[in-house]
Order: sequence, then C-alpha cells, then structure tokens
Amino acid sequence: MDFPILSSLILLPFIGALFLFFTKSKSENKITAKYVALFTSLVNFFLSIYLWVLFDQTTSAFQFVEDRIWIEGLINYKVGVDGISILFIILTTFITPLCIVSVNNSVTKRLNEFLIAILVMETFMIGVFCSLDLVVFYLFFEAGLIPMFLIIGIWGGARRVYSAFKFFLFTLLGSVLMLVAIISIYWITGTTDVVKLYELGIDTKYQNLLWLAFFSSFAVKTPMWPVHTWLPDAHVEAPTAGSVLLAAILLKMAGYGFIRFSLGLFPSASEVFTPLIYTLSVIAIIFTSLIALMQEDMKKLIAYSSVAHMGFVTLGIFTIQQQGIEGSIIQMISHGLVSAALFLCVGVVYDRMHSRLITTYGGIVTIIPKYAILFMVFTLAALGLPGTSGFVGEFLILMAAFKDNFLVAVLASLGVIIGAAYMLWLYKRVIFGKLINSDLKKMIDLNKSEAFMLICLVVPTLYFGFYPEPLINTIEVSISDLIDTYNFSVASKE
Amino acid sequence: MNNIELIFPEIFISLSIMFLLILGVFKKNSSKIIHNISLLVLLITAVIIYNETFRINPTNLFNESIVIDYLSSFMKIITLIAAFVVLLISTNYLRVFKIFKIEYPILILSSVLGMMIMISSNDLIVFYMGLELQSLGLYVLATFNRDQLKSSEAGLKYFVLSALSSGLLLYGCSLIYGFTGSTNFEYISTQFNASEYALTFGIVFVLVGLAFKISAVPFHMWAPDVYEGSPTSVTLFFTMVPKIAALTVFIRFLYVPFLNLIDQWQIILIFISIASMLFGAIAAIGQKNLKRLIAYSSISHIGYALAGLATGSNDGIQSSVIYMTIYIIMNLGFFSCLLMMKRNNIYYEQIDDLSGLSKNHPLLSLSLLIILFSLAGIPPLAGFFAKFYIFKSVIEQSMYFLAIVGLLSTVVAAFYYLRIIKIMYFDEEKDSYDNDHSLWLKFSLTISTILILTYFIFPGELINVVSRINII
Repeated sequence: MDFPILSSLILLPFIGALFLFFTKSKSENKITAKYVALFTSLVNFFLSIYLWVLFDQTTSAFQFVEDRIWIEGLINYKVGVDGISILFIILTTFITPLCIVSVNNSVTKRLNEFLIAILVMETFMIGVFCSLDLVVFYLFFEAGLIPMFLIIGIWGGARRVYSAFKFFLFTLLGSVLMLVAIISIYWITGTTDVVKLYELGIDTKYQNLLWLAFFSSFAVKTPMWPVHTWLPDAHVEAPTAGSVLLAAILLKMAGYGFIRFSLGLFPSASEVFTPLIYTLSVIAIIFTSLIALMQEDMKKLIAYSSVAHMGFVTLGIFTIQQQGIEGSIIQMISHGLVSAALFLCVGVVYDRMHSRLITTYGGIVTIIPKYAILFMVFTLAALGLPGTSGFVGEFLILMAAFKDNFLVAVLASLGVIIGAAYMLWLYKRVIFGKLINSDLKKMIDLNKSEAFMLICLVVPTLYFGFYPEPLINTIEVSISDLIDTYNFSVASKE
Repeated sequence: MNNIELIFPEIFISLSIMFLLILGVFKKNSSKIIHNISLLVLLITAVIIYNETFRINPTNLFNESIVIDYLSSFMKIITLIAAFVVLLISTNYLRVFKIFKIEYPILILSSVLGMMIMISSNDLIVFYMGLELQSLGLYVLATFNRDQLKSSEAGLKYFVLSALSSGLLLYGCSLIYGFTGSTNFEYISTQFNASEYALTFGIVFVLVGLAFKISAVPFHMWAPDVYEGSPTSVTLFFTMVPKIAALTVFIRFLYVPFLNLIDQWQIILIFISIASMLFGAIAAIGQKNLKRLIAYSSISHIGYALAGLATGSNDGIQSSVIYMTIYIIMNLGFFSCLLMMKRNNIYYEQIDDLSGLSKNHPLLSLSLLIILFSLAGIPPLAGFFAKFYIFKSVIEQSMYFLAIVGLLSTVVAAFYYLRIIKIMYFDEEKDSYDNDHSLWLKFSLTISTILILTYFIFPGELINVVSRINII
C-alpha cells in the first residue's frame, strides 16, 4: 500500500474544516468559505471515485487496508473497504458537496461554523464506513453525534432544542450497550479487529446477547419501529442540509452495521432473531406508511417515509439471500439519493414561502414548472416506479422475501402500495390543484444552484434505475461470500 | 536511614512552608512574592520527584511506614502539577475579592504536603496524620473569603462533617489495630484472620471515612454546599487535588493489607460506585449554579474511578489512575472557563449566565463545548477513553451490571452537559464578558482543551506511563 487513500478520504474534510476554523477571523467573506468547503468535498468526491476505479470487484477481501497500532495490544487503527462499504463511501462524498451547495439560501447565520460542522461530519461518516476495528467504528459512530447535535440545535427550526436533545440521547442510549458488547468481544476473543473476528468466529453461547446489544444501537439509528420517534422530530427541525445528511447517510450507518457486524459476527444469533426483525420491519413498513399518509408537514411525511424505506432495508438484509442483501444496499443507496433530493425539494419551497405545511401550497405547477418536473421524478423514485433506482432495490428485496416468507412479503408489498398513495397524494396536493394561496404567485422557479443540485441527483437515480449493473457488480462478490460464510457457520453449529 | 533522600521532596516543602511563613510575617506586602515562591516550590518538588524517585524500585522507609514506589511518585507529580495550576490561575480571582493574601499559597502548600504524606503512607498512623494535615489546610481554604457568609458556612460545614468522618476513620483504624496488632499495611496483610468479622467492621469504618473525603455517595452531602460556598479557585482545588490523594490511599488500603478480603469490600465499592454514578448524574440535572453542578458531576466521576477500583485487578487500578488524570485535565479546563466569566469585577456562576456565550466569545465557548462533551464521555475526546479503560477493566471481571449501569448513567449525565451546551449555543446572547484574563488562565484553558482534543492521537503515552503501576 503506497498511498493511504482511505485515511486521506477520512482526513481531508477535517483538514478543510481546520482551514476554515483558522481563516475565520481574517476574512468575513462568506463566499470564500463556501468555496473552500466545496473544493475540499469535491476533491474528496473525486478521490472516492478514483477509489472505485481502483477497486477490484472480483474479490471479497478487504482492499486498501491500512493497519497501524493505535493503543498497544488493544486497538489498531485499521481501515479498509470491500464491496459492501465502498458504495456508502461514494454516497457520502457525493452527498456532502450537494449539502454545501444547498446552504446558499437556507443558512443565513454562522455560515462558517455550519460548513465546519458539515465537513467534520463527513470525516466521521466516511470513518464509520471504512473502519475495520470495532472500537474505531464505535468512535466514529458516536463522534458523529456532536456535529449533528449542533447542526440541529443551532441552525434548526422552532423546536430545535427538543429535537436535538431527543436525537442525541436516543442514539447515545442505544450505543452504550454496543460499547459493552464491543468490550465483551475483546475479552472473549482477545481482539476487536473485524477481519480476525470473521476468521475466529464468536462462541455461539455469547452471540445472542451481543447481537441484542448491537441491535439496540442499530435499531435506534436505522430507525426501526418503535424507537423511530426521534427521526421525524430531528428531520423536521434540522436545516435542509442537516436533514439531507441525516436521511441520506446517517441512517445508512445502521443498515451497514447490520450487514457488517450483525450478520458477519453473529450468524447464529441473526438466525435466531430474524423473526423479530421481520416483525419490526413489517410493522415499520405498514405502520409508518399509514402515519405518513396523515402528515401535514412535508418534511415529517418524508421522514416517516424514510422509516418505511428503512423497514424494507432491514427486511432485505435479514432474508440472508443474495438478492435480499443486494436489494437492501441498492435501496439504501437509492434512498440516500432520493430522500436527499426530496428534502432539498422541500427546502426549495421552504426558502421561498417559509412554510412546510402541505396546505400552504397547491397549484404551483404553472408557477414553477421546472421544480414540478424534478419533484415528480423524485416522487416516482420514492414510490419505486420501474426505471428509477427505488424500483431495483424494492423489487430485489421483495423477491427475496417471497422466497423466504410469503406472509411477510405480502404485507411488505402492501406497504409499497400505501407508499405510492402518500407520495402521489403529497405531490398532488403540493403541485396540482387550484392556486388558492395568492402569495404563491410570487414564487420564482429554481435558481442555478438548486437546479444543479437536483439534476445531480436525478442522473444517478435514473441511471441506476435503468442500469443497476455497476452497483451490483461492485457488491456481488462480497455479499455472496458473506452469505456463504453465514450459511456455513449456521450449518456447522446445528 | 540510608534512604532519607527519598523523602527529600516532603522535607523541602516543609522547610519552604516555614520559610514562607517567616517571610510573610516579617516582610510587608509580600503576598505576590510568596505566591511566586510557592509556585516555584511546587515546580521544583515535582521536578525532584520526577528525577529522583521515578525510576527506583519500591522502597519502604521509617520502619516501613512510608513507601516510595511508582504509584506514589506518579500521584505526587499529578498532585503537585494540579496544585501548581490552581495557584497559577487563581491570582486574578483572589485580587478581585481582595483575598490575595500570604496565607493562601502557604495553606495550599501545607495541604499538598499532607497529601504527599497520605500518598506515600504505608501505615495507618502516618496515613491519618497526612489526612489531618491536608484537611486542616482545606478547612481554612474553604472559609478563605471570610467576609462572605456562604464561604464561612462552607468552611464550618466542611469542618464539622469532616471531623465526624475522621472520627469514624480513626475508630476503624483502632479496630484494625486491635484485631491485627499492627498499624503497618504490610504487617497487617500477614497477620489478619479472615474469619474475624470485627476486622471487617474496621475496614468498613475506614472506607466510610475515605468515601467522605472523595465525596462518594452516600457520604457526599457536604460537597455541593462546600463547592458552592468556597471561592471558585478553592473549589477547583477541592474538586481535584484531595481526591487524588484519597484515591491513592483507597488503592493502597484496599490492595496492600486487605486484598484477600476482597469478598468483603468489593460489594461495598460496587455499591458506592453505582450510587455515585447514578446519583451524581440525576441530581445534577436540576442544578442552576455551575459550581453545584460540577460538584454533582465530580461525585459521578468519582463513581467511575471507584468502579475501576472495585475490580480487584491491576488493570482496574491503572484505569482508575488514568481516569483521575484525564478528569483533572477536564476539570482544569472547565474551571478556567468559569474563572473567565467575569464582568466589571463580578464573577458569574449561574448556568444561565452562559446564555449565548458562543456569539460573544466563540473560542471560549468552543473550548467549553469540547470540555463538556469530553466530560460526557463522547468519543473521540479524552473523556471517552477514560471511561473506555474503566469499562474495559470492569467487563474483564465480568461485572456486567456495574458496566451497564455506569454506561446508562453516562446517558443521564449527557443530558445536563448538553443543557449547558444548549444554553451556550442555542440561546439568546447576553452582555459579553471581560477579555482581560491573565495569560496563565488562557494558557491553562488552551492546554487542557488541546490535550482533551488530541488525546486520541496519542492514547498510548498515558497508558505506557501508568502501566508501570503495579500494586498487586
């Protein structure tokens, strides 16, 4: 390994943040700060694309591994990527620049600090997806709370304090049990290195409790029903860029964690708890879809739809089938793109009208047609229309679910229908109908930066909808290998 | 008496105290010079200990009543550095309250001397002497701002309750002496008969006395009042320095003579630890005064340090020592911020006074933010690693209940730390504070913040130092 590409990916945004921190006092020029942040995140994006180009799709082994002793005999700073994690890294580096572009209109105070928070957040998020040591993973996983707490609390809406606290305490409460589990794993096996743990395996008698401890953390973060209640609050109160980061990337940490740790480290416990996950996922899909149907706040509606979509993801992961897990990862990537876009769409009208209520709008198709078209694309992608990336993921997940458990699959499919209902109804009420509110006439259509952001998101949404091959190729080998190991260890223990 | 040079640091401090007293009496307006000399004395002593005793094998002196080993040297250096910083950053505060007097540095020196004797003690009598010497200094320090009612009240309260606990402790010592025939730790360990329940009573009494000194629940009642009433610079001293000494005695008293009685005292320690962690976290939620809040927070932190001691392993002791070291750094940073909240010569100490601090003083509030997140134990800050080592050693002994309760109480504790952050960052601003802080105050805040922030880059350094502590 010549060039530590993963460490560079992790450190680069942080260096950008440091730069912003130290130049703050000298220049009050906000545009410069924005360009610095944008430049840093774009460099990071191209670096991650370069990583994808170098990535060897034919092996499931971890690549670009860096292994350094951090605390002698205890923690190694170990990072590496395989097919499962690389797509999340690219998603992160892709979404962050868009967030930085989006601050144009929505963030008016303390822009510099906001950009610092976003860049630091990017560092932590990439760290989560790269780390191959449980302690390092936990470090990044938890550290992300600090910038997100500040993003919601400082730049959020009216109930920001409540939401920020709820977000922080819910997540922390879930995570402390994971810390206990991580330390226990250290004492049981003598290492926290994920690769070594894959080889060693963990004794079956400990697995159930350890699985539950990890589950408590991931379930809050996913979020799964019934611990999803922090998400709507956090989404609604966070500024647009914060909501985008939350929906697009933070939620994916948990899905990633389920695949990497719950399936990888505790196969026999995963087997035991699959019915639990199925139940919670189906409840999440149907229940939160119904809640979403009744929302009057656009952001809240999208937040509940996120919970439902993540329900599909957890369902797919625990089918333990090639299509199911592939579908889950594609669904996560797609949801990352689509929910980010939907939050940006809400942000666009919010910046103009300062209202997120659906009833404020209506009939704006003639006033802002470009916006209406793009919003349409994302609405359809969210409900999983064939030809959008949303379809690929949901289709694969349902296919795997039908093989595994007919009832669950039928119920989940029901969720797809409700999902279509609330998304289309939202679209109808906001875009079509009679123009009642005369203030809406003053609205101007998308400006350049908004159009740029949304088009950036349309392209991959449609491209991967029609041609998901690059995604599947990347993840295929890693997943089939994961499933083989899983089946092997489950079979050998029975 | 070949090894008398090993207690040269203690002798040096004693002589300095006498010299400074005489100087103070005969030379008028000498508070500044005495202050500076005291700083120098603390520094020189730390350097002497670092040079002379850091590398020797454990040695016993004076009929084995004093022990000089790695633990004692390490803890003494921490004590001296902490006392040094306290003296360094308290000058402005004392001047504002017109209590910049010669007694202040001398009292601090004498209680540091008492603590050094405690840290080195290997005998019940020596330990008690050291304890009383440091306590006498502390009583006077608590009332140092004698024109203020609260300060006098704090001192009196501390004196009465502390005397009571010293009495209990002495009673415990006499029981132990009665049933083993010796006051020497090493001798006791060879003599006692584990079936003697009266001996257990003795241990319990001594533990109660010690728990009082480190303000662990249920012997914590004095702490919030005393911390609130004392001058802020003295509160800073209270929250750190006596606890280092008491914790060292805790380690020595439990692990040298009574390691074999671990069944008897482990359960007590677990209880005290859980009660302190939980109570400290819950009681701090309702506080309005920052000094009271930090009192409860320090109760909670002591709970974590005791959790390390409850394990009965070397790992546990080391993790406690690491915890205290990191806690002291965080505390120094926190109090440096507190001492910066000054406007027109009035110090503010309510939580609401922090409102909107981030707009007027972005750097100060950023430092406080980092310190608070670290106190709450959020990675990647130093406070997280401190807790991580504790829970690592706790889980090693399969004490899952302790670990889970401890971690859950960090979530509760996170709430009140977050509340301070919320007030600083989310609320409307008030008038700005003065910026004319002394260089040393800024320096101590900067250093502690940087240490907390960058600890994760070099976590191994502290472990390497501490891993040489070997009691069992």
